[in-house]
Amino acid sequence: MRKYVPKDNVQAKAYYTDRFHVVPSVLTQDVSTDEIFSKHLEILSSKVEIKSAYIQIGQMRVEINHQDNYRAIEILKNECGYEMMSEMSAVDYLAKDGTFEVFYQLLNLKERKRVRVVCRIEQGLAVESIVPLYKAANFSEREMYDMFGIVANNHPFMKRILMPDDWEGHPLLKSYPLQGDEFASWYEVDKIFGKEARDAIGPENRDPARIDRYDTKRFSRVGREVPFGADISDGEPETPIEYSTTFLVDYNASQTQLEDRK
Amino acid sequence: MQQPNRLSPFFENLNFEREDNTMVINFGPQHPSAHGQLRLMLELDGEQVVKAYPDIGYLHRGIEKMAENMTYNEFLPTTDRLDYIASTSNNYAYALAVEKLIGLEVPRRAQVIRTILLEVNRVISHLFFIATHALDVGAMSVFLYAFREREFGMDLMEDYCGARLTHSAVRIGGVPLDIPDGWMIALRKWCDKVDYELKHTYNALLEENRIWKMRLENVGVLSPEDALSWGCTGPMLRGSGIAYDIRKEEPYELYSELDFDIPVADTNDSYGRYRLYMAEIEESTKIIRQLILKYDETEPQLMAHAPQYISAPKEEIMTQNYALMQHFVLVTQGMRPPKGEVYVPTESPKGELGFYIKSEGEPYAYRLKCRAPSFFHTGLLQELLVGTYIADVVTIIGSTNIVFGEVDR
Repeated sequence: MRKYVPKDNVQAKAYYTDRFHVVPSVLTQDVSTDEIFSKHLEILSSKVEIKSAYIQIGQMRVEINHQDNYRAIEILKNECGYEMMSEMSAVDYLAKDGTFEVFYQLLNLKERKRVRVVCRIEQGLAVESIVPLYKAANFSEREMYDMFGIVANNHPFMKRILMPDDWEGHPLLKSYPLQGDEFASWYEVDKIFGKEARDAIGPENRDPARIDRYDTKRFSRVGREVPFGADISDGEPETPIEYSTTFLVDYNASQTQLEDRK
Repeated sequence: MQQPNRLSPFFENLNFEREDNTMVINFGPQHPSAHGQLRLMLELDGEQVVKAYPDIGYLHRGIEKMAENMTYNEFLPTTDRLDYIASTSNNYAYALAVEKLIGLEVPRRAQVIRTILLEVNRVISHLFFIATHALDVGAMSVFLYAFREREFGMDLMEDYCGARLTHSAVRIGGVPLDIPDGWMIALRKWCDKVDYELKHTYNALLEENRIWKMRLENVGVLSPEDALSWGCTGPMLRGSGIAYDIRKEEPYELYSELDFDIPVADTNDSYGRYRLYMAEIEESTKIIRQLILKYDETEPQLMAHAPQYISAPKEEIMTQNYALMQHFVLVTQGMRPPKGEVYVPTESPKGELGFYIKSEGEPYAYRLKCRAPSFFHTGLLQELLVGTYIADVVTIIGSTNIVFGEVDR
């Protein structure tokens, strides 16, 4: 029987876990143990619903509702002095409970405090963009969208950032394999020669770094060079590469499109 | 008009002849001044930039994805490929994040060696900045001199760990090697050399150079508010008059015991940032000199003793059964940090380099996010370049000191 592989999380897993292994947790402290953090939390909790708050490894982690993310960060920025957003991104928990965890890492330069604002959103929902508060979120939110598909509402330019614009899928999802999916492996072939060229090119020719046994031109068989054009195929027939005759880009049409736009 | 063909299809965003008399030009991704793989689309009105759109992702290798599929120790050499100009600072930032997660205390000698390596890397990176920045602006000779000293610095790294660029010189829990014989003497010599050359060569060539000043002064002016809002860190933040250095404000490793200053520039322009880099090199050599003295006072232990997470020293593995068993489990299965999350900022030569690690108690990180300073400095370009002239674009890109290994990750 084939081994069962869960489709919602295809990342590497521990091949062996002791059945009596109990996973320990990093120690957390109550927010009241830190004077400055408890002051900030008090300001925040008077205006926004707090789901949980604790200090872990010197930084406060506050969980809020995803509808409140803009409001909460605005309060932290304007009233608690968190002037810089160091980082934001998401964590994929779709396999566990169908949600993403979006986190915002904020820094207060004067009091040297860092806080992490966390909210959970379900797949398909969007968070409110915090670009009006921190311009740094401009690139970060685009990266989050690119990697997880989480849209930020009212973002000035919600477009892919690291992957090409015509990419399919979001690479940091747990359901996305490390080696890439079907679309990724044929991306260049589809784009240059068209989908119908997949069969003609074949998976073995997809890789431009592949070494051809009968290659007498690229000197790929170091130490076994033969004269140019020499037949070393040993009677084995060569399989010709058949290129597609259909065009991917209709030049005439695209020219007309351009004219139309003008 | 463009002639599209199959291999270079028609780009609808590059429309050269537009009715409003602005021109869109494409800068990079194969431009010698693009510091790697930066593609900028600039909309020009005459010679003035009206709109700038940085397009990144040409060096995207999915390092964060790889982190989710590698054990913690396996991933460490991959961090070399983030900021490849100063790879030890990446190794260190990652190792520190994992150590914080599992709550490890690193032996003192390892701390001294790590801090030395971090500062050597900072000098190497800053020399690289001065060299390439001057080259971009047109001062070729500085490049040749600065690369000479950088080469000596890389020789030092090679003598320590065997690699010149991708060091992996830090391990989770300590360092793998002790300082080789005579290394400290060479290091001290190199510090003297760098200080001397800094004062007599780079400074003499650049500081009061009329062309250099004309090209840099009042170019790329970044107000403190914008620097904060755009998430600028490191010399970009301190170049705008905000004295925030993580080594000083949130000290890690031995920085709380060391005597050094944080240079700040309040001119907000490229020239101020250049002077900041020069001053920081001096501070770094000052730190290294103090650390050389501290090294002799330490015990020879190099790796932390935590059998649950860190393999025992080689001698113990070869002689003691239990150490061998632990080592076997750690190599085949990987360490399992406790469940929790951590974000650890460090001051890399480019700015705040932080690792966010979310652990679910598995040998693989559930999520790893690398906060790379250059990523945010690249985002800043879309605002900083607007209103400047095309000739200053290269100066400003050089002044932000972005490295694409960590922008695209």
